[in-house]
Amino acid sequence: MLGYDDLPELLTRLTGDEKHDWSSLSTLDVLWVLHDRLLQPDDRFLLSKGHGPAAFYAVLTAKGLIPLDALEGFGSFASMLGYHPDRTLVPAAGIGSGSLGHGLAIGVGSALTGRRVYCLVGDAELDEGSNWEAVQYAGRIGLRTLNVVVVDNLSSTYHWPGGVEARFALEGWSAARCDGHDHDAIERAFAAATGMRPHVVVADVEKKR
Amino acid sequence: MSMRSRFYALAAEALAGDERVAVVSAEIGVGELPAHPRHFNVGIREQLMIGVAAGLALEGLRPVAHSYTPFLVERPYEMVKLDLGHQDLGAVLVSTGASYDASTAGRTHQAPEDVAIMAALPGWTIHVPGHPEELERVFRRSLRGDDRVYIRMSEEENAARVDGEGVVVLRRGGAGVPLVLAVGPTLSETLAATADLDVTVVYTGTPRPLDAAGLRAACAQARDVVIVEPYLAGTSTAEVAAALIDRPMRILSLGVPLGEFRHYGTRAEHRAAHGLDATGIRASVDAFLLSG
Repeated sequence: MLGYDDLPELLTRLTGDEKHDWSSLSTLDVLWVLHDRLLQPDDRFLLSKGHGPAAFYAVLTAKGLIPLDALEGFGSFASMLGYHPDRTLVPAAGIGSGSLGHGLAIGVGSALTGRRVYCLVGDAELDEGSNWEAVQYAGRIGLRTLNVVVVDNLSSTYHWPGGVEARFALEGWSAARCDGHDHDAIERAFAAATGMRPHVVVADVEKKR
Repeated sequence: MSMRSRFYALAAEALAGDERVAVVSAEIGVGELPAHPRHFNVGIREQLMIGVAAGLALEGLRPVAHSYTPFLVERPYEMVKLDLGHQDLGAVLVSTGASYDASTAGRTHQAPEDVAIMAALPGWTIHVPGHPEELERVFRRSLRGDDRVYIRMSEEENAARVDGEGVVVLRRGGAGVPLVLAVGPTLSETLAATADLDVTVVYTGTPRPLDAAGLRAACAQARDVVIVEPYLAGTSTAEVAAALIDRPMRILSLGVPLGEFRHYGTRAEHRAAHGLDATGIRASVDAFLLSG
């Protein structure tokens, strides 16, 4: 099993880019904490924001869920790894994604069976109204097995004045905000879930340039 | 009992008797469907309805999603395409309203294009039952599978059920006479329209996948083929043409014409205006046969 320090090499292998500062990847630390510390074998993780999946593939590879030799050829015709994940090609991906605003509703369906679900969305992804159908319903029925993490790089053109977590809270969710690169802070933000209602973690990362 | 009433009774029975079955609704039918731990009414949120169905399927359940036709397959079309199709998850979508059941409600509640758009997605079996007992048969069978099934219920229905799978021959004409394919609830009007014509009349309640072998066998040496569908005209023309590709023939495609139809009134008035009553079907068939 590989560790966090191996992720840069995996990312370089995946992208062929040796000079990149991988620490700027918005989802890398949240994905790492989820897969390294939080997810239990019976839990389900759904990456709703399928854009820029390199960090996701690297974390899954470090955890032995994607074969190392699959990283080369990323995005090529016969590769299992595309620029958006496909669950039928990468079972560990949970769902295929790419079109925004789909994962959260699927996560609600999964969580309704009692499954503990973690779903990652982006702050701009929340522009899609379909997310709010899911947020409203999950909040109102107190769907306590559902956890959402919003990776917030302020990329939504019209922003979420007052913080996006306020909208979740209004619908009946518990909410916590944290530094999206601080592993202990991320873990604490998830641990703030009450177990009585759905929980959202808003992970602050650098503003998208 | 209408198809819709039959469906609600069957869904209640399935919830009570089969732990794998779950029902997802969006207010439509909530008064008729039972309250049950596996009946999830998500409010008027149709995108969520399909996503939830997909999530339930991901956990091994057999979701049944139900609403009015335009709200089940048109409003959340991308969810149908991706959450079910692209994720390779199964569900049974059961619509009510068909093309013009809501004859007084106007365009917002009418969806004659539903079968065409569902047929544009891979992997869907599409049932258009012509009678409540046919609905019961395909619904019960669909619950046992894990595939993607669309069942289109209608208040339009035939006088009697048709037994048998695929393309069923109801009346066989002489050698080489025209073949008339009636789909779902168009059958009674089609039989009345052609009662005194020497034609072969066949029926299917399952337009996708179309029973090509059955159609070829029934077609024999026919040169003229008439398709009568209760939804958008031409929806199955390419399927029929492909099934009979090695035979020279002409095809007349009847159904609800493409257009914004700005009338209210009764179902019978809509049926007649679209040329789908016996008189209209006969007039179209006569003109077609004369033109050949």
